[in-house]
Amino acid sequence: MSAPLSADLAQIGKSVVIKGELSGSEDLYVDGQVEGSISLKNNSLTVGPHGQVKASVEAKGVVVQGKLDGNVQASDRVELRKSAIMNGDISTVRISIEEGAFLKGKIDIQGRAEKAAGK
Amino acid sequence: MKLFRSSSGGSETTTPAAAQKIARRSSGLGELSRFWEAETPLCVLDLGSTSASNIRFFTERSHKIYSEDLLVASTDPSLATKDEQGNPILDSRRFLADNVVYPAAHFDVVLCWNLPDYLDESLVRPVMGRLWSVLKPGGMMLAFFHTKDAGPDSPCYRFHIVGKDTLEMQPIVLRRETRRGSTGAVHTAVGEGFRLQRVFNNRHIETLFRDFASIKFFLARDNVREVLVVR
Repeated sequence: MSAPLSADLAQIGKSVVIKGELSGSEDLYVDGQVEGSISLKNNSLTVGPHGQVKASVEAKGVVVQGKLDGNVQASDRVELRKSAIMNGDISTVRISIEEGAFLKGKIDIQGRAEKAAGK
Repeated sequence: MKLFRSSSGGSETTTPAAAQKIARRSSGLGELSRFWEAETPLCVLDLGSTSASNIRFFTERSHKIYSEDLLVASTDPSLATKDEQGNPILDSRRFLADNVVYPAAHFDVVLCWNLPDYLDESLVRPVMGRLWSVLKPGGMMLAFFHTKDAGPDSPCYRFHIVGKDTLEMQPIVLRRETRRGSTGAVHTAVGEGFRLQRVFNNRHIETLFRDFASIKFFLARDNVREVLVVR
């Protein structure tokens, strides 16, 4: 599966390994390996089918097709696709989980007002 | 305790069954339902396969849900070890170092589903002990046990809550391969399908939950006893 092409989409390919802090103001597609933290407050993170992310994630939206180890804070929504393997706690406003997705962790659904208040 | 330790190995020839959902009334779940309308958010631990229905059911009611698939976790090859007699077992200490790791008395409800019937023998008691410790005093745990009329091929289900006392059961679809696990148990399609390991009788169930304050049995029509225990 290839990433959707977009002018505002940064891509980390299958053979790329990154360790450290990632932050940005554009959507990010990770099909490689990332270890550390990812902060995309007003943008979305997609972990592609080959992606392996070990990081705490803060983003507007998060889509997981591959493996994600770490806690996720999403100000809008989280999608776990059927091939997703997610180990970590999720805090979000909306969540969708496809059948077959694997999740080990807590799910905390927060109201938008609650989220805005930073509770 | 009746054990199912089939000697079969090699390839599984069964055609994968359609993963259709079967609706089922659950008296145990019905008994628990009075909790769901509580104004105080509850902490619920779901130990079955990840279920979007269950997550929706609880989050819509403002409860916190934790999801952890212990059957899949038990297939980790690194858990294989041997006991003092050299018999292959799974390392329960290692298993509990990585799984069901929560503060003591953290959960109001634990949904155990059919875990004890399908979990490897060496993990059953240690896991039940850990579940006791993570339940709050007065907290409740629901578990399903097959009766002796169930055969070793009784399908392992994932359970979706669709109403206060209604479940949808979905067979975990078998893949083609079958392998013998490290303890000699046959695991069909590790991670996707599991074989009934044993049948507990009532006395075994009472012994398994002897540390709990109370235990209640509900006999269902489908060769399953639902058991609700209170810490």
